[in-house]
Amino acid sequence: MAKNYIFVCGGIGCRALESEQLKKNLQREIILQGLSEEVQLVTTGCFGFCEKGPLVKILPDNTFYVQVAPEDAGELIYQHFIQKQKLERLLYIHPETQQRVTEAGDMDFYKKQFRIALRNCGFIDPENIEEYIARDGYAALAKCLTEMTPDSVIDAVKQSGLRGRGGGGFSTGLKWEITKKSTGNQKYVVCNADEGDPGAFMDRSLLEGDPHSIIEAMTICGYSIGADKGLIYIRAEYPLAIKRLQKALQQAEDAGLLGKNILGTKFNFSIDIRLGAGAFVCGEETALIHSMEGCRGEPTYKPPFPSVEGYLGKPTNVNNVETFANIPVIINKGADWFSNIGTEKSKGTKVFALAGKINNVGLIEVPMGTTLREIIFDIGGGIKDGKKFKAVQTGGPSGGCLGEQFLDTPIDYDNLIEAGSMMGSGGMIVLDEDDCMVSIAKFYLEFTLHESCGKCAPCRIGNKRLHELLDKITKGEGEKEDLKKLRALGTVIKETSLCGLGQSSPNPVLSTMQNFYDEYKAHVFEKTCPAKQCKDLITFTIVEENCTGCTLCFRNCPVEAITGEKGKVHEIHQDLCIRCGICYSKCKFDAILVE
Amino acid sequence: MIINTHLSETAEVLIKSICARYKHDEHELINVLHEVQHHLGYLPEEVQQSIADELNIPVAKVYGVVTFYSFFTMIPKGKYNISICLGTACYVRGGELIVEEFKRRLNIGVGETSTDGLFSLNSIRCVGACGLAPVVSVGDKIYGRVTPQQVRRIIDEYIKIEEELEIAP
Repeated sequence: MAKNYIFVCGGIGCRALESEQLKKNLQREIILQGLSEEVQLVTTGCFGFCEKGPLVKILPDNTFYVQVAPEDAGELIYQHFIQKQKLERLLYIHPETQQRVTEAGDMDFYKKQFRIALRNCGFIDPENIEEYIARDGYAALAKCLTEMTPDSVIDAVKQSGLRGRGGGGFSTGLKWEITKKSTGNQKYVVCNADEGDPGAFMDRSLLEGDPHSIIEAMTICGYSIGADKGLIYIRAEYPLAIKRLQKALQQAEDAGLLGKNILGTKFNFSIDIRLGAGAFVCGEETALIHSMEGCRGEPTYKPPFPSVEGYLGKPTNVNNVETFANIPVIINKGADWFSNIGTEKSKGTKVFALAGKINNVGLIEVPMGTTLREIIFDIGGGIKDGKKFKAVQTGGPSGGCLGEQFLDTPIDYDNLIEAGSMMGSGGMIVLDEDDCMVSIAKFYLEFTLHESCGKCAPCRIGNKRLHELLDKITKGEGEKEDLKKLRALGTVIKETSLCGLGQSSPNPVLSTMQNFYDEYKAHVFEKTCPAKQCKDLITFTIVEENCTGCTLCFRNCPVEAITGEKGKVHEIHQDLCIRCGICYSKCKFDAILVE
Repeated sequence: MIINTHLSETAEVLIKSICARYKHDEHELINVLHEVQHHLGYLPEEVQQSIADELNIPVAKVYGVVTFYSFFTMIPKGKYNISICLGTACYVRGGELIVEEFKRRLNIGVGETSTDGLFSLNSIRCVGACGLAPVVSVGDKIYGRVTPQQVRRIIDEYIKIEEELEIAP
C-alpha cells in the first residue's frame, strides 16, 4: 500500500486550539488501528486558514479537514483509512453552495492564492531538513556556489525586480550590490525578523513553517556580497520560531550546508541568532543594528546607510524574512519567471496577514496587482456576521485606512502610497460598520506613543499632542480648530521626524481624515459617534416594548448596572453603566438601544 | 515588597557564569539580560550592577537598556502572568473590554502584580493568533475568542490550581 501522510498544522493559531493534543490522539489511533506501516503523521508550518483551525491535510489524496478537535482523531482515522471514505462532517462547507469541499485547491480561500514565499508552509515538516531538500531545498545555494559568480547572483536578484518586503520597497538586488561595493574587511548579512506590527504574523509563520529557506537565502546573500557572517534578529515573543530556527541551523551545519567549506567549496558562512526584547522601533534597520550591538534600539540618521556602515561599523545588508524567502525560488526558476508575476513596478507576490472583521482570517499570498476586493471578498470570504465593509487598514501603525472607493485598486507598493497608505510588512485589518475611524486612529497613535523611542522631538512630543487632540475629539470635547491642528501637526511630524517610525506615525490619522472626514465632523460638531463606539458619546437604554424581562442582560452586566425582575421590563442605571456593550450583544429581542 | 539590597550568592554565581559564557562581550548585553531574567524572574538594581561589573560597562547603560525594552522588568511578575493581546485584530474584536475586565476583577493595573504575588497583568502586541482574536495567554496557555464573561472563569481556573496545591500532601 502506498504511504499516506497526515499533515497537522503546527502554527500558533492551531496550537492554541489544541492541535498538540490532536496530534497525540492521531498518533495513538494510528497505532491502535494498526496503521503504523502505511500512515505517517507530520507536523507542518501554518496552512494559513487560521479561521478554521485546527487543520488537517491528508496526502496523497489531498483531503482537507477543518476544525478537527482532539476527540475526532479516532473517527477520522477509522473513516478515512479503514473505511476509505471521507469523514464528511469535518470537510469545509462552501458558504454559498453549502456543499462540502474536499480539496484545499477548491476552496475560495486558496483558489486565488499564488505561493512563492509560503511555498513550503504546510507541505513539509519544518524540523526536518530532508523534507526541505526534497522540495528543491538548498538547490539554489548549490547552483550559486558552483555555477554562478557573486555578481551574476546579484544580477539575477536585480533583474527579478524583487523589492524589500519589510515595508520600504527598496530594490533588493540594488541593496546587495551597494553592500558588495562598500569597502570593509568584514561584512554582515542580517535578517530582520522583528515583526512588531500589531496584527501581522507573516514572518512568524514563515520562520515556523520553513526556516531553512531563510537560512539558504541568507547564505546565498553572503556569497554574493562577500560576507561570512549572518545574524537573525528575531522577537523574543516568538519562542517557537526561535526553537525551529535553532534546530534548522544545527541541521544545516551538520549537513555541510552552513559553516566552513560549504558544499565542498571555499565559501564559509555562519549564522547567529540575536533576540529582540519588545521594541517596535527595532524593525527600523539602524535601530535594529544598535539593538544587536547590545544598546538601546534608537535609530540614527541615514546616510550612512547600513549597507555602507552597519553592524559594528561594517557594511551590513539587512533584509526582511519574506524578502529572503523569495530568493531561492528566483535563483531556481530564474529572474524572468519571477518578473512575469505582478505589476509593472512591483514584481512577484506578497504575503498578507488577513485579520479583523473578516470571515476567513488567515495567512495568504497573492500576486502583486490583486485588488483589495478579491482579497477581502473572494479569499477572505467577506465581512463577518453579514455586516457592511467600511475600511481596510494596511501597513500597520505606519499605514492608513482605505475605504470602499479603493476596493478595486490593484495592490502594489506605488498604488498603496498613492492611496494614502502603504504596503508595510503585510498586515491587513478589515474594519466593518461598527468600527469608529477616529478611535482606530487613536488606537494606532497610542501604539506609536508607546513605541516611540523618544530620541527626536517631533515623534516624542508631536505624537503626544496628536493623541491628546484625538482623545478630546472622542470624548466629545473637540472643537473646529482641533481638526485643523490635527492636519497641520500630522504633516509637521511626517516631515521632521528622524526615522521611519515618526515619519509615518501620523498616517493613520491623516488617512482617516482624508477618507472618513464625516466621522470626524460628527464627533466634533454633533458630538455623536456614528459607529456608536466612543463611550462618552453613547448611552444604553432599554426599549420597553421589546423587553421580555428575560434577565439575560441583568445576569451578564459586569457592574450590576441593570435591575429588573423576571418577566418585567428592566432598567439600566446610567450612573453605574460603564458602556461596555455586553447587554447589547447579549439581548435577543432588540431591546437595548444605543444612542 | 522587600527588595534585597544584596544579591544572593546563587544569583551572583549565575550572573558570572552567564556573562562568562558570552565572553564578557558588551554587545551580548541583551542576550545576557534575557537569560538572567529567565532564571531570576526580574532584573532589580543590584542584578543590573552585577551585570555591569561583569561586562565592564557603566550600570547606567544596563539600566538604559532594561528600561528601553518592554520585555525586561524591574518588578517581579506574578506566578501566573496574564497577557492580553492588544494587537489590532484583537483590538477591533474587543480586546480592550477584556483588559478592563481583568483589571476590575484582579484590582490591579496593566504592568502590575497582585499583592499575593499570584497574578500579573500585561498587554502585549500580537501573538500572531489573530484568527482567535481576542487572545489572552497565561504562561504558555493561549485562550482564544475570549469574552468578558470568560475572564472570571480564567482567573478561577488558576485560583483552583493554587487551592489544590495547598491541600496537596
